Amino acid sequence: MLFFSYFKDLVGREVTVELKNDLAIRGTLHSVDQYLNIKLENTRVVDQDKYPHMLSVRNCFIRGSVVRYVQLPPDGVDVELLHDATRREARGG
Amino acid sequence: MSWAGPDDVYLSTSLASYLDIVWGPYTSFYAAEKLLVLLRDGRKLMGTLCSFDQFANAVLESACERVIVGDLYCDIPLGLYVIRGENVVLIGELDLEREELPPHMTRVSVAEIRRAQKAEREASDLKGTMRKRMEFLDLD
Repeated sequence: MLFFSYFKDLVGREVTVELKNDLAIRGTLHSVDQYLNIKLENTRVVDQDKYPHMLSVRNCFIRGSVVRYVQLPPDGVDVELLHDATRREARGG
Repeated sequence: MSWAGPDDVYLSTSLASYLDIVWGPYTSFYAAEKLLVLLRDGRKLMGTLCSFDQFANAVLESACERVIVGDLYCDIPLGLYVIRGENVVLIGELDLEREELPPHMTRVSVAEIRRAQKAEREASDLKGTMRKRMEFLDLD
């Protein structure tokens, strides 16, 4: 559940979601659920010319299982906090 | 688990809350909006969503497949479609105010798009066999 809470903290920030089919979508993180399904608002596709059908999509739901990377804003990662949380999780508490 | 109907809009998945945003929590499910569903095999389906569940299984009404080859495109009507959730990559809300496709793209008939598809497939097959033959050269 660690990354679920982590992504919940990122709601409202601008992220780029890179999918397993190489499609990369940038947008504002609207919400995330337990499967790490992601909802983006004000989306734009990074390589617009290659994916013309995505031109008129403004909001979208992305299935968690097809996500390869989520590119975060540089200040979106509190490494210390994440370290602590990871250790706690590893200890089983 | 039954199919989601107008009464159980509040499922715990974000797909459910996504649909709340599309329609508002109390509006009828069937006053639906046009959606684009991207599948894992690269197909692009468009249609109005009738129903869905927590796996992203979805039912599309008056669905059509948008085939794009280069600058040509075609919408092939399919009718009612039930999509198994594991094949879904993305569900996007189509903004009808925005241009659907770039202006340089032209709409062609089904026969024409099939022809273009076949030509593209043959070209990529040829590229594959050429590459295979040249493998001993150790490209890359």
